[in-house]
Amino acid sequence: MSLRLRAAIVSIALLAAFLGIWHLATRSTGATANMSPEYARLMGLTATQGKSAMPGPADVGAKLWEHLKRPFYDNGPNDKGLGIQLAYSIARVGTGYLIAVIVAIPLGFLIGMSPLISRAIDPFIQVLKPISPLAWMPLALYTIKDSSISAIFVIFICSVWPMLLNTAFGVASVRKEWINVARTLEVGTLRRAFTVILPAAAPTILTGMRISIGIAWLVIVAAEMLVGGTGIGYFVWNEWNNLSITNVIIAILLIGIVGMLLDQILARVTRMVTFPE
Amino acid sequence: MTDKFISIEGIARRYPGANGDATTVFENLWLSMARGEFGCVIGHSGCGKTTVLNILAGLDEPSAGTVIVDGQAIEGTSLDRAVIFQSHALLPWRTVLGNVAYAVSSKWRKWDRARVKTHAQKFIDLVGLSGSEHKHPSELSGGMKQRVGIARALSIMPKIMLMDEPFSALDALTRGTLQDEVRRICLETGQTTFMITHDVDEAIFLADRIFLMTNGPGARLAEIVENPLPKDRGRIDLHRHPYYYALRNHIVDFLVSRSKSFATDVPDHDARHVPTVRPGVGDPVIVSPPRVVEPNAAQSAAR
Repeated sequence: MSLRLRAAIVSIALLAAFLGIWHLATRSTGATANMSPEYARLMGLTATQGKSAMPGPADVGAKLWEHLKRPFYDNGPNDKGLGIQLAYSIARVGTGYLIAVIVAIPLGFLIGMSPLISRAIDPFIQVLKPISPLAWMPLALYTIKDSSISAIFVIFICSVWPMLLNTAFGVASVRKEWINVARTLEVGTLRRAFTVILPAAAPTILTGMRISIGIAWLVIVAAEMLVGGTGIGYFVWNEWNNLSITNVIIAILLIGIVGMLLDQILARVTRMVTFPE
Repeated sequence: MTDKFISIEGIARRYPGANGDATTVFENLWLSMARGEFGCVIGHSGCGKTTVLNILAGLDEPSAGTVIVDGQAIEGTSLDRAVIFQSHALLPWRTVLGNVAYAVSSKWRKWDRARVKTHAQKFIDLVGLSGSEHKHPSELSGGMKQRVGIARALSIMPKIMLMDEPFSALDALTRGTLQDEVRRICLETGQTTFMITHDVDEAIFLADRIFLMTNGPGARLAEIVENPLPKDRGRIDLHRHPYYYALRNHIVDFLVSRSKSFATDVPDHDARHVPTVRPGVGDPVIVSPPRVVEPNAAQSAAR
């Protein structure tokens, strides 16, 4: 049996064990109080049938199926399909991330190629990098005066640093001999940047971009909880206010899956630009 | 030979030391080479051989002195001076053809794709890599990679080829084959070549003249050895030639003992009048009164 197959079997066994324990832990075992039917109607299933307050895997599965059947319905501000909510979040992440790419990669090139600029900018980066992206939120809201754009700004500010630092590092550590090849061939600065430095630094740059997309996806949930309105982060908070733990669990699952897909896309692109030596 | 194609005129290289005083790798180095000549520098590590080559290539700058190539003082790198790097320095994301074509299109910017490709292919064929054009460097053996490096250097048809221990990372068998190829190509094309090596036999086989450098710091060019072996020498019967051992012993003696003690043995060594020695049967004889290297003046060397 191949390692892959064995690993798959263990994975499935772990999942089954997890679902089994979850099911057992949330099954109806509580005592049912004796009460008048009038009163029972006011109480939830927890009181009348001894059902656990925590939804079991079957409840979540059923609810998930419901969502998957109608992912894009729109019944007004507080009731939109999960597909729409995810699309909002992905659009915000995509926009903020794209702006970060446009800023970070050229700037990273500059920092990587010029020791002077590298040293001059370093203190700013060191101070700005550890700031939690959400700390920028009030400032963004105050200056931009638009909650949706503020969320995009927060995504931008959190994803710019790993890309910037990795680009600068990748560019600065291009093998000297490759630069020397370009120099002996009298290749101009711009052509050198595109034909030698960019391909040589691409794997490092892509690694930074991969870290960034992960952070951006982490941050969007928190940002949307703050700005509200739309998005998967808002959905989680809204469903918490509705006390729908089932929906919260479904949202958590979907956030994980989308995050994984985003990471996989970047991993694939990284593999495309990686060269064997 | 009256032509002075490359003229190294009093170059020095110093590095600033920790407490203000500079370390001198070498200084007052004078050396000239004729067109079509194959020159080899031999010396121990740290004598500044690679620095001399980098200065010739324009990758490094001398602390003092100038280098004149074909009547012009060099300034920076140039497509006239191709370098073959010790570590081959191929761009790993390009194929064999891509690597050579990169050099070709750097030299002739206006050429179209097809012309660049044809030209590059010609040099890939020359180094015997036909059929491997579309492979990436990672798929090639060390010897094949260095062949690509040679093809890339030759493809831009440089005035001078500079080789920095090009074969030192290869196994003995591959090294031998490549030495044959390089000698064949250099003889065919009349390529002026400046090479650095550690390998005495390599120098004897390839070089017309061998430059012996003393140990650094403060290294100097001690002696120029003229190769007495015939032009049509072959690698296989090289060691049967009556002059072979005299030549080899002379160089090895230098490397083993004289390179260390040279500064004390010959205190009045004149860097501009380095003696040329031609080892043969019996004791090596100084064939020229030390050659006078004069800046920018045609000079006749006894050859």
